[in-house]
This record gives sequence, C-alpha cells and structure tokens, in this order.
Amino acid sequence: MREVNAKQITEVVRKLCIDSNLYLGEDVLKALDEGEKKEESPVGKEVFQQLKENARIAREEQVAICQDTGLAVVFVELGQEVHVVGADFNAAINEGVRQGYKDGYLRKSSCHPFARTNTKDNTPAIIHLSMVPGEKVKITLAPKGGGSENMSMVAMLSPSEGIEGVKNRVVEWVKQSGSNPCPPIVVGVGVGGTFEEVALTAKKALLRPLGQKNPDPQLAAMEEELLTRVNNLGIGPQGLGGRITALAVHVEMIPCHIASFPMAVNINCHAHRHKEAVI
Amino acid sequence: MSEPIRLKTPLKDADVEKLKAGDKVLITGVIYTGRDAAHKRLFDLLKEGKPLPVDLKGQIIYYVGPAPAKPGHAIGSAGPTTSGRMDAYSPRLMEIGLKGMIGKGMRKKEVIEAMKKYKAVYLAATGGAAALIAKSVKKADIVAYEDLGPEAINRLEVVDFPAIVVNDTKGNDLYQQGMAKYAR
Repeated sequence: MREVNAKQITEVVRKLCIDSNLYLGEDVLKALDEGEKKEESPVGKEVFQQLKENARIAREEQVAICQDTGLAVVFVELGQEVHVVGADFNAAINEGVRQGYKDGYLRKSSCHPFARTNTKDNTPAIIHLSMVPGEKVKITLAPKGGGSENMSMVAMLSPSEGIEGVKNRVVEWVKQSGSNPCPPIVVGVGVGGTFEEVALTAKKALLRPLGQKNPDPQLAAMEEELLTRVNNLGIGPQGLGGRITALAVHVEMIPCHIASFPMAVNINCHAHRHKEAVI
Repeated sequence: MSEPIRLKTPLKDADVEKLKAGDKVLITGVIYTGRDAAHKRLFDLLKEGKPLPVDLKGQIIYYVGPAPAKPGHAIGSAGPTTSGRMDAYSPRLMEIGLKGMIGKGMRKKEVIEAMKKYKAVYLAATGGAAALIAKSVKKADIVAYEDLGPEAINRLEVVDFPAIVVNDTKGNDLYQQGMAKYAR
C-alpha cells in the first residue's frame, strides 16, 4: 500500500487548473496550423491566425486562453494500491480547484441552477473516479466551457438505425449547432452503454490527443468519414463560412443492451483544453 | 477583404444603417458588458417601469463575462459568449435604443426582425480569442450588479475592438451566407 497525502492531490489539481487554462496543447496548435493552411475562406484564415495569436498571448502573458475557463471536469484513475491520507479525497480535489481558479485569475463559472447565484470559487468540481490496478494516481483536468457543452446531445436510437443512423445524427447535430460552439470544433461521439455511460463515453473521446485515430479500423473509418461530412457543411471557423468546421471527430464505443442503441455527442471548442499529471 | 470600418460609440441610426453583413469593424469608445443574469434584471426593471442603471440609448452591449484581471491588466481574458441566450431580452432593449450587440453564435428570427425594425446590428467577435480581444480593452469599471461576479455590468473603454457584422439592419445573415458559400 502506498500512501498519498491529500495535500499532494490538492497541489496537483491546483496546477492542472492553471496550466490547462493558460497553455494550449501542442496537438491543438499543430491542428490550428494545418487548419489555417487548408482553409479557403479569407475570413476563416484570419480566424485561425487570431486563434494562434491568442494562444501565444495567453502563454506569454500567462492569462486564460478563453474567459470561459469552464467547470473543472476532473478524471481520476486511482491505483487500488493507493491509500489517500490526510483529508477527504473529494474535498482535496475541490480545494485544488478553489486555489487554482483563484491563483490563476480564472473565471468562476459555477452557479445555482435556479437562483443563478455564483458559488464564487468554481466548485464543486465534476469528478469522475475510476479504480485501476497499480499504485499511482492519474489526474486529468479538462475545463469545459458552457458554449460548447450546451451543444451536447444524447439519443436512444433503435438498433435498426445502425451505423448510418449514428453518422447522420452526428452530422445533423453539428449542422444545427452552427456557430454556437465556437468552431473549429472537436466532436466527441459516444456509442453504446447506457444513458449515463454514453454521455461520459462521448466526453472521454475528447481526451484523446488530436491526430490520433481510434485503433478499431471501423471506428477510424467512421471518424474520417464524419470529419469530411462535417467539414462539407461549410459552417467554417466561427461559423462565418469555410472549409474547416471541425479539427477532428473522435468516436468511442462500448457494448450496449440488446434492446438499446444509445449515442451521444459532446463538442469541444478550438480551446481544446486538457492536462494530466501522475502522482 | 475590404478595410475595416471604424465605429465610434455612441451610435446613431446612420452609423448602423451603412453596415452590411460581412463588414469588418473596429470599435472605439465606451461599450457595456452584459450577459444572462444582467439581461434578466434589466428586462425585469423595464417591465416594472423602473429606470435602468445604465442608459442604453445608442450603446453597444458586449455579451461577455470576463476573467478576473491580473495586477497591471485592465481586464482579464474577455471573449464573447453565446448570444442566443440573450434572444428573449434583446428586442426589448433595442426598443429603448440599444444599437449594437457583440457576441457569437446565431440569433432567433424575432431578434433579426427587431434589428430591422429598431435599426440595430449584431456583431460577432472571435469566440475563444479572449486574450487577444482583451488587448483592445483599456479600462473596465463595474457600473451595476457587482453581486453577479463575472456577470456584472462593466463599462469598457475600448480602442479598435475587432468584430464582424453578422446581422445588419436589412435582415442579412452572415452565418447563412457564409455557410451557403462553402457547403458542398
């Protein structure tokens, strides 16, 4: 049994909140470069240049890439040989979020759903915990902005609709979302599981690095076809018209009930933020 | 691309009527921030026939909830939020003289109709380019609803704030035009 102090978890979460919101990943910067080259619309090209310049300013001046620094979505893979000591595990994560959003000058966006009063420290975090073999703790911080999160969907299809049914709904959904989720977007698609698991599967699809295909050849082909179809919609950067609506489409699939065929779409904006650390 | 049109606030009917969907603009002067919660309060005050904390005649509202300013900065990162959530309130504000709205994302038909009726425009700023946009904000002061935190109404002094006209006073829509041009 390895002991990990809750203070260490707090410190790691604090740093991940700040780093994920200030420094855009290399995979995203590369995708923006490639997108700018492929984009045919002059306004669209200009948007790509603005986004690259924005990422540079954020990095150099250490300010948030986007003012919407999101709800703090935290994925934890907790090794089963780890014993967390010193404080409540969930409280340790929330304390990290509290400190990170304060010290990083990040916006606090968490509020009471009815009264809309702000909790003022961006807690509670959204925590997804899974237990894994080993004696390490892997923490992934994926701040999620409201604009793109609002363009999410879950549908319980009939199995008779098949793979084409899923593909058509993804394309139709991106079309409806239009300029709202801040294109160029990353599209996460979940297929299978149950109502709640398919939504989480779509969200996890967004954590995969850009440029990496699904190892399943059928799903890799589906991702490629969907990217082409989504980009053929013409929505373009910021919805102002153009070739590049999405930087990538990621599909993840898990088995489902013989009566069910769940699917979900979770969209990320171009500020495709996530950072991880291992304790 | 044509050269950007320079706009100075407050705006008159003639200033907005010359703008066409697709025009790039650079805004200089005072603009006000406002998003969901502030809009609801303004809307409710008008419903009760009470005065607003800011005079919106000829003004522009920027849909933004900025990040906190670091020491030495006028404002934190400050990109646009999704405008559609303000659709329920915007026509009423245009009715009392609001001339411009800055945000990102699509507006409802009723809002586009109100822009034609009351002579106002909807401008898009680049969503997510929040650190870049913040550079054009020289001063920020809270003028109402401090309790709303990032949703408080700020008076911003901006110089060459970059935006693009999405909906003009003739009912044109750049989102639809742009998509039609590049769809295949």
